[in-house]
Amino acid sequence: MQDFVQHLINGISLGSIYALIALGYTMVYGILKMINFAHSDVYMVGAFGAFYIARAFGIEANPGVGSLAILLISSMLVCSILGLLIERLAYRPLRNAPKLNILITAIGVSLFLEYGGQALFGANPRVFPEVMKDFVIFSFGNVELKSFDVTVLIVSVLAMLGLQYLIYKTKLGKAMRAVSANASVASLLGVNPDKIIAFTFIVGSALAGVGSVLVGMKYPKIDPLMGMMIGMKAFVAAVLGGIGNVRGAVLGALIMGLSEEMVVAYLSSTYRDALAFGILIAILIFKPAGLLGKYSVEKV
Amino acid sequence: MKRLVLSLLLVLPLLASCTKKENEIVIGEYDSLSGSDATFGLSSNKGVRLAFDEINAAGGIKGKKIELKTMDDQGKNEEAAAATTRLITQNKVVAIIGGVASGRSKAAAPIAQAKGVPFVSPASTNPDVTKIGDYVFRICFIDPFQGSVMAKFASENLKIKKVAILRDVKNDYSVGLADAFLTDFKKRGGEIVADVSYQAGDIDFKAQLTQIRSKNPEALYVPGYYTEVGLIAQQARQLGIKAPLMGGDGWDSDKLHEIGKEAINGNYYSNHYTVESTDPAVTEFIKKFKAKYNETPDALAALGYDAAKILAGAIERSADLSGKAIRDELAKTKDFPGVTGKISLNENRDAVKSAVVIQVDGPNRKYITTVTP
Repeated sequence: MQDFVQHLINGISLGSIYALIALGYTMVYGILKMINFAHSDVYMVGAFGAFYIARAFGIEANPGVGSLAILLISSMLVCSILGLLIERLAYRPLRNAPKLNILITAIGVSLFLEYGGQALFGANPRVFPEVMKDFVIFSFGNVELKSFDVTVLIVSVLAMLGLQYLIYKTKLGKAMRAVSANASVASLLGVNPDKIIAFTFIVGSALAGVGSVLVGMKYPKIDPLMGMMIGMKAFVAAVLGGIGNVRGAVLGALIMGLSEEMVVAYLSSTYRDALAFGILIAILIFKPAGLLGKYSVEKV
Repeated sequence: MKRLVLSLLLVLPLLASCTKKENEIVIGEYDSLSGSDATFGLSSNKGVRLAFDEINAAGGIKGKKIELKTMDDQGKNEEAAAATTRLITQNKVVAIIGGVASGRSKAAAPIAQAKGVPFVSPASTNPDVTKIGDYVFRICFIDPFQGSVMAKFASENLKIKKVAILRDVKNDYSVGLADAFLTDFKKRGGEIVADVSYQAGDIDFKAQLTQIRSKNPEALYVPGYYTEVGLIAQQARQLGIKAPLMGGDGWDSDKLHEIGKEAINGNYYSNHYTVESTDPAVTEFIKKFKAKYNETPDALAALGYDAAKILAGAIERSADLSGKAIRDELAKTKDFPGVTGKISLNENRDAVKSAVVIQVDGPNRKYITTVTP
């Protein structure tokens, strides 16, 4: 029983990180109907951005909430700029090209970032600085709730609530939803789709930046290929929840995190990745729109 | 006409690379200089370069300078095979220093064997590597040996009975060590309370460790690479597991401590050499390595250095530069005073030498004991 509770905590903590990255996939899909495979590499660049900024400002020396905030903001900035650049240079010129071309470009951008990252940052893994001290908040027998898990959860939930507010309560969000529903009609009504799409990339990439700092804090090993697997998992989570659906992405990510944890705990870790892709195949066969995805749902 | 010019342009560089300079001996090397386990390749490459630079500075072999051609296999088996083919057919190398990973040696060595080019691996520890053929050598010990070294150490030195194994199923090396440990430890009357796995590239090991925690082992055997081991150690301590971790030479990197921080301290692993050694061969090597690269050499660098030195010695002794002559001299290597111990090659072309057990103590490594075969 105690072990089960521990598995639950571990799974939710992992799932909330998947959620932050899954949101980026889902938002870009919602508005552009394309899968931005480079998203997980934006996340990687965010981690390295935070790493170098932490070094430059000597953040390692004073861990705490303030340092975390600085790193979160700077990583979000780095990711936003990169996301914007990718949209501008790689995707916008192909706006009216067939979908397949854009997909291939996305894979190209992804590989460019991964191997460019190896050339630039070196292939050696780096160690993310200690942003905060990890301590026990609550313990019950063997089960321990650590401050990292709680921080990850709180930051993730705040980021997601912020996103929810942005999409449904602001003018910008309305414009995003309009472009998502129909870009050309939205442009007739005075919305500039180019601006809105660029903005979507900024928001999605900023969330990846948040994810990268949280992962760096919890699993302090970063390398240029770190986005590959986590990106795939987050992508599966987004499809599982219904790609294009913000709440679906969060739900899918939590399901992914928990089921992975349980599979490793009660079956075998060999099946961990098989499970992720098994879920993807099953969902594509039985419910192609995903758990919460309906064709009528507004997609952002 | 256009076509002729074009084809000439294509052929010319090939011709250029074929012209052999008379006063050079070309030796090929492939290593993972990029990819997910590039640290090992980068280290080993530094060791190899240091050795050849030294030999060249001292006048070379047979009065000729050594020209090292290094290829990057990007951590992929097929690239290792392609690099080997290219080194042999285009660069006309007289011998090849192979890479670190056993999987890549298994892909590359058959090519060298087929072409009759001697192949020396500095650190491929999988037993099958040298079974490929009589041109394939290695100067490190093999996996089962390391596994049984730690089993012996656990039961004789640590006096423990219950061990949990956490192995990297994607990695032949880790599986080989884990299997050897398991068999040997059981033979010594120990009990394996859990045998669970992870995969290279994972970052979250809490599920496995939570499972292990419930079995209360006295130690954990984690024969993986430092990249994951650092994280495993941290997460184990976070979950309140106090039992020591044990591992193999895959732990050996400065990054181990950086990633694992305090959590990795006090844990043990088997290795090829220790920087604490007072052997003049070792201290001299460390001094030269530090002077050139400004870092402490790890075991892979030491193995790369030894591999290059042994190969150079065999070439120096051989009658001519044919593959056969160099091979025969390599096979005769006996009691070579290497940085990683006294190296003799047995009839299977495997190195026979002892292993050391090391305890992690911050950025330093405490030498605990030497285990002989």
